[in-house]
Amino acid sequence: MDTETTILDRKTSSDHATLADKFNLDEPRVDWHDKTLWFIRKKRDKAASQLQEWEQLRAVASDIKNNVLANLHTYLLAFERNAQQHGITVHWASDAAEHNKIVHKIIEKTGIKQVVKSKSMLTEECHLNAYLKTQGIEVIDTDLGERIVQLAGEPPSHIVLPCIHWKKEEIGELFSHHLGTPEGNSDPQFLTAAARIHLRQHFMSSRLAITGVNFAVAETGEIVVCTNEGNADLGVQLADVHIACVGIEKIIPLRKHLGVFLRLLARSATGQPITTYSSHFQKPRKGQEMHIVLVDNGRSKRLGSADFRNALKCIRCGACMNTCPVYRRSGGHSYHYAIAGPIGAILAPGLDMKKHADLPFASTLCGSCSNVCPVKIDIHDQLYKWRQLLAQNRKVGITKRVAANTMAYILSHHTLYTFAGTAGRWLMKYVPFIISNRFNPWYKQREMPKPPEHSFARWYHQNRNFK
Amino acid sequence: MSSRDHILEVIRKNQPKGLPLQEIAFSDGEPFDKISKFTTVLESIGGTVIPINEWGEVEAYLNQRFSTEKRWVNLVPELRNLAPLADFTEDPHLLENVMVAILPGHFGVAENGAVWITEELMGDRALPFICEHLALIIRAENIFPTLHDAYTHIDKSQYGFGTYIAGPSKTADIEQSLVLGAHGPKSLMLFLITET
Repeated sequence: MDTETTILDRKTSSDHATLADKFNLDEPRVDWHDKTLWFIRKKRDKAASQLQEWEQLRAVASDIKNNVLANLHTYLLAFERNAQQHGITVHWASDAAEHNKIVHKIIEKTGIKQVVKSKSMLTEECHLNAYLKTQGIEVIDTDLGERIVQLAGEPPSHIVLPCIHWKKEEIGELFSHHLGTPEGNSDPQFLTAAARIHLRQHFMSSRLAITGVNFAVAETGEIVVCTNEGNADLGVQLADVHIACVGIEKIIPLRKHLGVFLRLLARSATGQPITTYSSHFQKPRKGQEMHIVLVDNGRSKRLGSADFRNALKCIRCGACMNTCPVYRRSGGHSYHYAIAGPIGAILAPGLDMKKHADLPFASTLCGSCSNVCPVKIDIHDQLYKWRQLLAQNRKVGITKRVAANTMAYILSHHTLYTFAGTAGRWLMKYVPFIISNRFNPWYKQREMPKPPEHSFARWYHQNRNFK
Repeated sequence: MSSRDHILEVIRKNQPKGLPLQEIAFSDGEPFDKISKFTTVLESIGGTVIPINEWGEVEAYLNQRFSTEKRWVNLVPELRNLAPLADFTEDPHLLENVMVAILPGHFGVAENGAVWITEELMGDRALPFICEHLALIIRAENIFPTLHDAYTHIDKSQYGFGTYIAGPSKTADIEQSLVLGAHGPKSLMLFLITET
């Protein structure tokens, strides 16, 4: 992209639009990516339609999460007390840096140099792996998809399907390089078996396991971790030390509420009725050490914002990504944040408005994300509200700002509006190159419409009397 | 001020006023046959359901499928003849060569094919995950229609560690191709006792 408008519009070379352009250079691949995710979205629809109480479940889940936001103080204290009673050490981290330091300190005390970790978007958000590396500790991601992107030196591109952007031939090549599999073998069955052998060695040798948390129950002090592969369990059950990292918004009040959330989570994520394993950790194994790190990192501040606090209800199912027409065609990495897609686009600006100012614009505001969200987050409304806030804080590019202000002025002045309409139709008809050129971002990859003969106002006046 | 106190203070100040929790009341919907639903769902996610009328059928099935030369671990008292009841005082890493683990489950859930099992039934927490093949046994009358019913039954019991197991370990991370046996068991056999 080398036009003037884009240079004016884009402050960095790595904003969403630029990265999406890069992803779109390979059109067949974009089509494949789009179709794969839509296939998962359809599986979700099928699973949802099989429960006649689906909409009621969403409503109840949303109510429970609203109740959590209103009583988070009480629930966190109850969770801490109950977990401690069961012999779990509870830590609190204000931000990513403190989280990383706490985790490092626990590992350092054991003298362990290599640890296994199951999927945790929180540790991605905090860049834990990179931090531990600087401290001389290697983290082995054990979810197959996460291990693939880790070997490739990339972050996950999707919170549930970390390597959804990788083709099996590329994975075959990657494994051939790192795991010594025969060149040219890209059979998923074979590659999965190779990864099983490779990771089993790490499960057997690692004495410390880090996991994320899907739900933390205030009433019982237990945490629930869901996987299909069994990697979280294999890691934890064979380790002397278990560290579970959890965002403070993952609290739910009562154990029985798990019935609601576990019914929604996997169906929304991949269309499965439930994940293979839904493990409830209430006490450490005899002789095992268990730590829970509660992480704030901007969440308590967001709780004070009536417009944006609802994003804290998220259970990280990824349904909003699978359905999003922009995500499906721009890829997870174009969001340059640990959590991609619509939910990432409303979470990221809360952490750093300047750095993520582009993300709320990576949407058509079609609202599909809000319609599939199992906890009824008003995602597309929040995208719109972020845009307004960003504009007020002058965090949008000059072209967009000038264009929007000009439009606002024209639309609020009747005579000017009528004149602009006439002028626009004349220009599009007789000198189309004035509009259809590379300086107009709306012309990019689009045919401009044929100008109508008359304005709607004129058509209306002519036709209103014909009934 | 410690991070803990600071976080809690900001939350107390920022949390909105909210509504009290509502009771969860889901209508049972259309009544359905729990056993056939459980069977259909579990088979659709890669499990094998074997209805049995007597314990001997478990033995016959497993003997036919797995070599007795390999290591079997049994925790079902009624199957003592098949393999002696295992005793666990050792390191969980030593379970790595287990070919078949045979464990009793508490109950099944019809809507999702999951079986609830807690650690006192596992012998060792690692066993259901590290074994090559897993056989679970439940009684047909212990199948609940939904997860809500399951949690009503679990209620406030203490379990240290408990898990729902729904089918064999699996992944579809490579181009959405489903592969059974990701890190855990490659197959899950569910023996469903209908008569004894």
